[in-house]
Amino acid sequence: MRTMMLSLVKRRGSFGERAAIVALIAALCIMVLLPLITLFSKAFEGKTGEFTGLANFARYFQSPALLQSLWHTAFISVGTACISVCLAFVFAYALTRTGIKGKLIFKTIALLPLFAPTMLHGIGLTYLFGNQGLITNGFFGALPFEWHIELYGPIGIMMAEVMYTFPQAYLILAVSLAFADYNLYEAATTMGASKRRIFFTVTVPNIKYGLISAIFVCFTLAFTDFGAPQVVGGNYSVLATEIYKQVIGQQNMGMGATVGIILILPAVLAFTVDRIVSRKQNAISSRALPYRIQTSRLRDGLFLACCLVLSALIGIVILTVIGASLIKIWPYNLSLSFVHYDFTKVAGGSIQPFWTSLRMSAWTAGIGTIVTFLGAYLIEKTRSMKMLRQAGYFLSILPLALPGLVIGLSYIFFFNERSNPLHGIYGTIWILVLANIAHFYAVSFVTATSALKKLDKEIERASDAMGVPQYKTLLRVTLPLCLPAVLEMAMYLFINSMVTVSAVMFLYAADLKLASVSVVNMDDAGDVASAAAMSVLIMMTNVMVRLVYEAIAHFVKTKTGAWQTRNS
Amino acid sequence: MPQTYLSIEGIRKTFGSFTALEPIHIEIPKNEFVCLLGPSGCGKTTLLRLIAGLETPDGGRITVAGRDITSLPPSKRQAGMMFQSYALFPNLTVEQNIAYGLQEKKMSKAQIRGKVEEVLAMVDLEHSAKKYPSQMSGGQQQRVALARAVAMSPDFLLLDEPLSALDAKVRQKLRQEIRRLHEQLGMTTIMVTHDQEEALTMADTIVVMNNAKVIQVGMPEEIYERPNSKFVADFIGAVNFVGVEEVPAVAIRPEHVSIHLQPVPDSSEAIIENLEFRGSSYRITLKPSHSREIIADVNSSMIRLLGLEKNRRVYYELPSEHLIYFGDALPTPWVEVVV
Repeated sequence: MRTMMLSLVKRRGSFGERAAIVALIAALCIMVLLPLITLFSKAFEGKTGEFTGLANFARYFQSPALLQSLWHTAFISVGTACISVCLAFVFAYALTRTGIKGKLIFKTIALLPLFAPTMLHGIGLTYLFGNQGLITNGFFGALPFEWHIELYGPIGIMMAEVMYTFPQAYLILAVSLAFADYNLYEAATTMGASKRRIFFTVTVPNIKYGLISAIFVCFTLAFTDFGAPQVVGGNYSVLATEIYKQVIGQQNMGMGATVGIILILPAVLAFTVDRIVSRKQNAISSRALPYRIQTSRLRDGLFLACCLVLSALIGIVILTVIGASLIKIWPYNLSLSFVHYDFTKVAGGSIQPFWTSLRMSAWTAGIGTIVTFLGAYLIEKTRSMKMLRQAGYFLSILPLALPGLVIGLSYIFFFNERSNPLHGIYGTIWILVLANIAHFYAVSFVTATSALKKLDKEIERASDAMGVPQYKTLLRVTLPLCLPAVLEMAMYLFINSMVTVSAVMFLYAADLKLASVSVVNMDDAGDVASAAAMSVLIMMTNVMVRLVYEAIAHFVKTKTGAWQTRNS
Repeated sequence: MPQTYLSIEGIRKTFGSFTALEPIHIEIPKNEFVCLLGPSGCGKTTLLRLIAGLETPDGGRITVAGRDITSLPPSKRQAGMMFQSYALFPNLTVEQNIAYGLQEKKMSKAQIRGKVEEVLAMVDLEHSAKKYPSQMSGGQQQRVALARAVAMSPDFLLLDEPLSALDAKVRQKLRQEIRRLHEQLGMTTIMVTHDQEEALTMADTIVVMNNAKVIQVGMPEEIYERPNSKFVADFIGAVNFVGVEEVPAVAIRPEHVSIHLQPVPDSSEAIIENLEFRGSSYRITLKPSHSREIIADVNSSMIRLLGLEKNRRVYYELPSEHLIYFGDALPTPWVEVVV
């Protein structure tokens, strides 16, 4: 009896299962590993493809202009991370640990920047602080003062990056702050500790890992972002714009790859730190009491003021862009019109890129969700080929360390090679879809994995014992139980595909221009109002998708409520 | 009658529309070990938290040695509190945890160090001072929590289900340890528990609570032998209700039911319906011909001596000196509480 049980457990898995795992690893190699290897090898090649060893790196570190862009980027990223995490901490604290009203509204506003391409933040800042900006000229002289800031350069980039990274930092910190053992606070209180001491000995240690993770995420996002510096960077060069210049402007592929590798470094560091940190995450005792918010009018008043200011800042930038897209000729003819939404008036413009983006994002969401979920399932829920599955896990979270620019670049190198049998997808929509899936694979993979981890481990064993094939259990039990996570993954993939520029910038074909790319081009060409209109279109689409997601998620929740709740 | 040290006078508490505590009156003499015992949701933890100052009462007064502490903040109450989840700071070592509260007092570094060593020795953890809570077992963590609570030299000690998270063996040991510490320090102690065995073995006085009210206060023997209500009889130990229709109602503990092979005066006939082995004794279910089932605990050697087995006809007797009478009995269905 015992040996029978053992053999059941140690069984090597069906042929189908093993074939699926091998196929998954192969797909991950094509999607992530091989392009990356190609990129690395290019960094050691000269302009004509000859092997030059470390010459590119040597040249990089000897070129003052290139080196300067590295320092610029580092400065921007450190500044952004500090400011963004501080502001996000105050905001997250207000929403989790105080009794202020209107939390849902504040949260919604804080997350709005996630729905827009980073160019939108830059465009908004241009309209506010640029040469003709609302604030620069004191609301057309309506205000008694004018406020000139040096927008085009580090200040502008940092402002845009803070707006871009703020929601991400907020999300991480809000999760950290939501988990607390209220008993610790009570214990400290009974022992006579002051509020200040409790904050530094209980609250801060408890969210330590969340703070570290938020700092690294903000740093990396700012380090690798292309959109904001492109719009408000002026002559201030950063790594992301430098790669673009090297590859698109000067066709210097080797140097592009070299800068790409330098771009990866902080991301790899952040990735490593995140891995270590997530393992160390404080385990909360099962007997922990949830945090109880004490009443304090002074505290609530202060935090409410902070939240109002922060939401107002985000709101003003977004409203300015919406306003600008609707105003005829800024700042001379302020009447409202939809003229900027008619993109045919702009050189080389049309509404077509928007439809292409929609199509690409829908395919990314559809195919990406299926592939990612299956991938997570095979790695988490099967028992054969342990080594391969571990390799698969690593490849699945590796994209966390890969900035979009690096993925875009490595895809050119890999798929543009004539000898590559997959060369055919180059120049089609499929390479864009593939690049997006690779780019956003890790986050949705983690979502799927944690949903699968929550399920009873014995489900597969039980179906085995009843002689039901595993794919049936997957479709009839596992998938329905994970439906909320699946919806979330699809939404995440869609929204991010709509806003991204960095990965797709190098890959789109002339007849497959994307909305986000056209924002960059129109802004570059001086058609700022049309760029604003297009980014508003992208944002509105994403907000709509999010609302649809919320509605479906709500429906699923009420419908499946019976099996989601637990008897305690 | 010893003088009252900690007195709870008409303390009451509601959470929204839920009444957590009806006005409560309890008087606790100095150096006593008191257990608040009751099923979950009876209000015992709320009462403890009110004494600690972690909740504010809707009315009533709490005094310690004549000093009104009702509106004092927790830190000013001189109470040592031990939490259900241990509430040890995970980022601090054992000694830092214990010193945490001492640093709020005007004590020199040397004094703090001395105190930490003293209390660690009390709970046998001298060698774990530099460890972090996560490096210790549940039982050890609980001892650190206990040491941290007594390190403050509090006027009284409050323990919130201190042993409920531990496994049976460790629990047994810690029971004795807490009791020993109590005797050593002579500190007035109030402990919340839902485990009647814990209360019976540890307490000087048990306060039985149910539905936001105090039902009975007394020494463990008193509570067990002379429960004042059906609820107490039922909640503590196993019991047979033999005369539910009568007022006052009558009950008897299963170990007091005596069994004979031949009829004796005042005995009744029954069939053995079931025998359940419990180590040193058997629990027997008897089915009399005209009344409901009766359970009896008989020690194992007696079973062998009498040759008792299933379906055997026997005669049982309910000795009158062991009958429990109480007035509140309502004709509810007979319920056995298995211990």
